[in-house]
Amino acid sequence: MSHPEQRRGFLAKAFAVVCGGLATMVPVGAGLWAFLDPLRRSAGVAKFLPVAELAAIPDDGVPRQYPVITDRVDAWTGFAAEPVGAVYLRREKGATEVQALSATCPHAGCFVEMEPTGRCFRCPCHNSTFTLDGGIVAPSPSPRAMDALDCRVGKNGEVEVKWQKFRAGIAGKEVQG
Amino acid sequence: MSHDVDRTAAAQARKGIMGQLGDFLDDRTGYRALVHEALYERVPGGARWRYVWGSTLVFAFMTQVITGLFLWASYSASAQTAWESVYYIQHEMAGGWLLRGIHHFMAQAMVVLLALHLLQVVIDGAYRAPREVNFWLGLVLMLLVLGMALTGYLLPWDQKGYWATIVATNLAGIVPFVGPSLQQLVIGGPEYGHHTLTRFFALHAGFLPGALIVMLVVHLSLFRKHGLHAKQPITRPDAMFWPDQVLKDAVAMLAVMAVVLGVILMPALRAMLAGDAVVPGELGAELGAPADPSLPYAAARPEWYFLFLFQFLKVFEGWGATGEFFGAIVVPGLIMGVMFLMPILGNWKLGHRFNVAFTLAILAGVGLLTALALNEDYYALWVDKASLAEAEKIYDQTGGDPEKLAAALGNDSAKINAMEQQWKKLERVRHSQAFLEASRQAKADAARAIELAGRPEKIPPAGMLELVRQDPKSQGPRLFAQHCAGCHAHVDPLAANAEAVIAKSSAANLHGFGSAQWMRGLLDPAQVAGPAYFGNTAHKEGDMVNFVQNDLTDEAEWSKADIDAVVAAMAAEAGRAVPKELVGLVDKGRELVASTDRCGSCHTFRDNGTELGSAPDITGWGGREWLVGIIADPTHERFYGDNNDRMPSFGKATEGALPPLSGEQIGLLADWLRGDWYRPAGH
Repeated sequence: MSHPEQRRGFLAKAFAVVCGGLATMVPVGAGLWAFLDPLRRSAGVAKFLPVAELAAIPDDGVPRQYPVITDRVDAWTGFAAEPVGAVYLRREKGATEVQALSATCPHAGCFVEMEPTGRCFRCPCHNSTFTLDGGIVAPSPSPRAMDALDCRVGKNGEVEVKWQKFRAGIAGKEVQG
Repeated sequence: MSHDVDRTAAAQARKGIMGQLGDFLDDRTGYRALVHEALYERVPGGARWRYVWGSTLVFAFMTQVITGLFLWASYSASAQTAWESVYYIQHEMAGGWLLRGIHHFMAQAMVVLLALHLLQVVIDGAYRAPREVNFWLGLVLMLLVLGMALTGYLLPWDQKGYWATIVATNLAGIVPFVGPSLQQLVIGGPEYGHHTLTRFFALHAGFLPGALIVMLVVHLSLFRKHGLHAKQPITRPDAMFWPDQVLKDAVAMLAVMAVVLGVILMPALRAMLAGDAVVPGELGAELGAPADPSLPYAAARPEWYFLFLFQFLKVFEGWGATGEFFGAIVVPGLIMGVMFLMPILGNWKLGHRFNVAFTLAILAGVGLLTALALNEDYYALWVDKASLAEAEKIYDQTGGDPEKLAAALGNDSAKINAMEQQWKKLERVRHSQAFLEASRQAKADAARAIELAGRPEKIPPAGMLELVRQDPKSQGPRLFAQHCAGCHAHVDPLAANAEAVIAKSSAANLHGFGSAQWMRGLLDPAQVAGPAYFGNTAHKEGDMVNFVQNDLTDEAEWSKADIDAVVAAMAAEAGRAVPKELVGLVDKGRELVASTDRCGSCHTFRDNGTELGSAPDITGWGGREWLVGIIADPTHERFYGDNNDRMPSFGKATEGALPPLSGEQIGLLADWLRGDWYRPAGH
């Protein structure tokens, strides 16, 4: 085989690979482009949502669970005033401030519940236990205490909670999404 | 020459039409050689039962492809249709329960067969040269199968699949660097919803099985290239794959299918033996209540073959974030790493023994963790609870306080240690009981959702969750527990624990409120000041108690028939069933209730002219409108006015704030208290 023929052979091969590759890359690329769309989506700016009335929260230091109701969008479906999760609110004797804790376990995201004894929180999945103010009870599988949510009391006594989700399974409290 | 032609023609004639067609096709496709190659593989040392595992796995996968495609033909992946379409398959389509049951249990059989196949390959050393690549392919196939199991669990979009997926995807989120993006890609956005389902479905039915089929083709062709790894020493003559080994394989496949069918049909057999009706929709795979992100699901557990991973996360208590990273990522990653290295380790002098020991140790560890997980959840079922009665009593007395315990046991450290051990046991029992209760609740919720879905009106376009959220029977107990049970009891007075529950309450027992039986108790001098009525309230010494205890006991004024008549009239007012023997008394009762010499002297009733303010208006007492009114605002002059004891106005909001309960919630409570909810015909 002579040199020009070899060169022609190489060029033909290279050209074949490039053409075939480009042709295949088009559907793969289009697919990936759409598939990666969720990465552009974010949970949006966290809003303060009214969850209860100050006077209706017993001031006995025992946390109580309140549903969080807000408008929600799930891809193409829009929900108006839909329960999206829950928070625990806790008020000390005579206090005009309220502590708000997310009911989502910071370990793996299950729904933390109050022990029937009312003395602590416990996650039904991996037994992470928390004190009534959300502190970690060692030793615990959970890497951090329950997530406190920003909470404010309006002038008419409405308790508003900044509804946010935090990444599970890490030591720091990082907002998710 | 002509002789040859004659012979060919004669041969053609002998072959018949099928033979000629075969020749025609073979001439153009060469299919005979392919079939021959597929079937006439030499099996060194003859066919054996121990060679069937790989074939049963291929069979299990084919079963999943076939049943999966047919399920696909009826499944709809979206947050408002996934549960609904699976419900329809399971409970309404003829044979749907069987199709779904086979798919569900064959998936579990596949995991077991995988473990057996892997174990056999390692024990036989079949990963050694030249089969290393095929061993690696096998491991990849295993991961693909586990991936399909994981993604399939979510597809019915029921509570258990939803919460298990939250845990699984949160674990994906802790992978270093790419974790959060990976998590967001898999769940299709920042929140779980439609795109979580569409993605999981695409993975489950497209990407993963597609990859699996490609890998499986390579796996099988490499298996053929290298030949069967025969059991040594070979003592028997070789045999052919067809029919000797195929027969054994086919028998094993049938046995696997028989086990799967047995698991599906066993409850039907049991029901038939017990003489009960068999409901096909209840056979096979379970369907939980529809996924609800706002409803706690304390019975959240992965499928049994992932329980060891679930339990493994508990091992790292107190390790903080490192523990979860270790338990979910590092250790499983290392184990898979060692398995991938097995063909290389096997070259080392003790390598094979190490590989076998490692595999057995992993399987033993998996078994142990699974057993621990099950023991933790079901502990209360097999522990001797009587032996803990003493510990429970002391716990209640001391409130679990170590100092008080020391004092109670006279500072005897041996006794204190023993008691602390008992307390630990007690805690495990309580956790197990909580799980069992949550499982029971989950079953009840699922049964109710299925009952509602079967209404003649069918499921609304907004989906099943909407229907469950509007169902008084599902929502009533939760709303009551959250908003009312702090004061009110709701317990059947005939129940075993009724007395204790009622004694602890500080307001009336609302079980059967509005019924004749409830009214009879109110008008009973022995009960009216008891804890089930006004006993623990500010009205304990009020006018009503006084009236029942003094006026009603005066038979000259109130005959037994008069009281019966009032009971009948009030039950009728509440829209409740009036006992048969009292039906004739309703009109007389209404006259007594309205009369300004009788009940009407304090209570407004219809148009009796008694002014509001001294006692609640009992027009429509116990009916929906009346209940909604009193729950919304008991301080309204129509009800207790200024005499209201402690009951909050659940429907009243101060300006700018939300009322504690929405109008819809109050309606749900009222309907639930009245027992007014959908019941299927025949119940």
